[in-house]
Amino acid sequence: MNLHEYQAKEILRRFGVAIPPGEVATTPAQAEAIATKFGTAVMVKAQVHAGGRGKAGGVKFCKTPADAKEKAAAILGMKIKGLTVEKVLVTVAADIGSEAYVGIIVDRASKKPVFMVSAAGGIDIEEVAAKTPEKIRYHPVDVRYGLQTYEAMQLGFFLYSDVKLARAAAKVMQQLYAAFIASGCSLAEINPLVVTPQGEIIAVDGKMVIDDNELDRRPDIEALRDESSEEQSEVDARKHNLTFIKLEGNVGCVVNGAGLAMATMDLVKYYGGEPANFLDIGGSSNPEKVVNALRIITEDSNVKAILFNIFGGITRTDDVANGIVTATKANPLKVPLVIRLTGTNEELAMKILTDNGFTASKDMDEAVRHVVAIVKGEKAA
Amino acid sequence: MSIFIDKNTKVVVQGITGRDGSFHTKQMIEYGTQVVAGVTPGKGGQKFEAVSPRGEAIMVPVFNTVEDAVKATGANTSVIYVPPPFAADAIMEAAASGVQLVVCITEGVPVLDMTRVYPFVKERGVRLLGANCPGLISPGQSKVGIIPGRICAEGSVGVVSRSGTLTYEIVYQLTRAGIGQTTCVGIGGDPINGTNFIDCLAAFEKDPQTKAIAMMGEIGGTDEQEAAAYIKQHMTKPVVGFIAGQTAPPGRRMGHAGAIISGSAGTAAEKIEAFEAAGVGVARRPIDFVDLIRARLK
Repeated sequence: MNLHEYQAKEILRRFGVAIPPGEVATTPAQAEAIATKFGTAVMVKAQVHAGGRGKAGGVKFCKTPADAKEKAAAILGMKIKGLTVEKVLVTVAADIGSEAYVGIIVDRASKKPVFMVSAAGGIDIEEVAAKTPEKIRYHPVDVRYGLQTYEAMQLGFFLYSDVKLARAAAKVMQQLYAAFIASGCSLAEINPLVVTPQGEIIAVDGKMVIDDNELDRRPDIEALRDESSEEQSEVDARKHNLTFIKLEGNVGCVVNGAGLAMATMDLVKYYGGEPANFLDIGGSSNPEKVVNALRIITEDSNVKAILFNIFGGITRTDDVANGIVTATKANPLKVPLVIRLTGTNEELAMKILTDNGFTASKDMDEAVRHVVAIVKGEKAA
Repeated sequence: MSIFIDKNTKVVVQGITGRDGSFHTKQMIEYGTQVVAGVTPGKGGQKFEAVSPRGEAIMVPVFNTVEDAVKATGANTSVIYVPPPFAADAIMEAAASGVQLVVCITEGVPVLDMTRVYPFVKERGVRLLGANCPGLISPGQSKVGIIPGRICAEGSVGVVSRSGTLTYEIVYQLTRAGIGQTTCVGIGGDPINGTNFIDCLAAFEKDPQTKAIAMMGEIGGTDEQEAAAYIKQHMTKPVVGFIAGQTAPPGRRMGHAGAIISGSAGTAAEKIEAFEAAGVGVARRPIDFVDLIRARLK
């Protein structure tokens, strides 16, 4: 789960990181009021779960409250990578002396949280990593001991030769690490970490991504979820324990298992079709899941045909068949349905489907070719 | 022959009395796996009843701890079906109790838990498979986990995969075409897992029965690229690979850390290119495995 900048900053502040004051606005008038209260130049920043906000025009410097109102009006409602901006953070603009990058990610290769720090921070940090990798220091942390002071100091001195700054940076590293562990993060980032002309170290932007598997034991973090900033069909699917991602095509796909779901979409594309979605109904499916899956898919008016591809292992194919029958009785489908299922209880599933007027294939390749032919108008349903 | 498990594998099931644990224990015993013990704290002394492939009733003793189970039965492999909040502890308990292989089926284990578990297991010289994996099967000998037994057949192809149902799909297509397997291993899709592609490739390379390897990867991370580099340098046996997610849309990625650490977006195109550069046969569709593997077995 992604946190907004303002939420990540709130957490970092609790762990002691110095961050310029800021408040969230949902209207231009609120943005103006906040800027008036601060009585100084502010930044107005789009709060949306996408990278590249600045480059998309979602981050603006504002000299006056009137300016903040105007810029907020432009940013609110703007679309960044398909997501509508519903909130802006209005924050005191910092005087920037230098910009560093500090990030932690759980690294697959070392199987540890790894610090990455660079004195060349800012929005072009990925380019720095690609072109001048020597400007980035990597440091894996053994979680059983945590980040020791000497390690934090090594990182601090990599950023600043001045001992006072190095010490202050080391403290930020330890605070960031503590926030990372306590919040169940898979990623936490301060970029830029700024040294002001007065020699203070402050975090001007912060990002946190929470491991979804942590949310059950961290209700305080789960409470930060902002459903208004997500695709509504994806929110709906999650509530019914389905994994759904909306795409642009016209072949609706219902599959069990993420790997098979991706392979099914790939095969649709291979035969010249375009998948309308990724949808994984998961392992132990009950008929109710299938009903919800069909409802969510058919709400997308682009969908011209629906493909079921079920390989029953834990999933019982008769449960899926019952779900299809129940769902289509309650809400008759307006688009053709192609069913492929094989595996656990397939004889029973085939009987349920045949008794209710459906046909089904046992072969994945054949079913995908069939559904693509239908949407291309080459074959009747 | 086979890798990691064979007919002598003696299994202890952690979470044997739970919903998933009891169902899959019955399936394993029905397949012929030697399930010698179960563990559920507080249910020590009970018996778990199942039916062998020959139709005999089997009574599996249940213990309070893995330590007790191993001491009493000589179990050398553990399989874990406990809920996610208890999985990390269950893995460590197994690794500390003297088994050589721990297979964790549980899905949804927090990744920070795995950063603690991994060094614990490694330091004890124990192999961990998973978490969030379907387990493994050596057809005709033993299955540990949830891979359906009837889709497999004995043969000479080693299978290793990051996914669950996609593995079943491809194994099923191989079996239908008359191509059997030595061992099918699901390594799981979590960011930190105990056993990776390279571990399995190295084991298949050493296994005299295995003549060719089918591997299924997915988008994300760089495991497949590292496996490709390993294949190029160390493998004499032919490998055929597939990458799921060729059409997955680029994510609305947050932050820069992911791209900085891997130097890669983990796209299907990058992985397929790495396969091709390493001389790995690339299956564009699941069904392509059949012809590509068959050609390499000749």
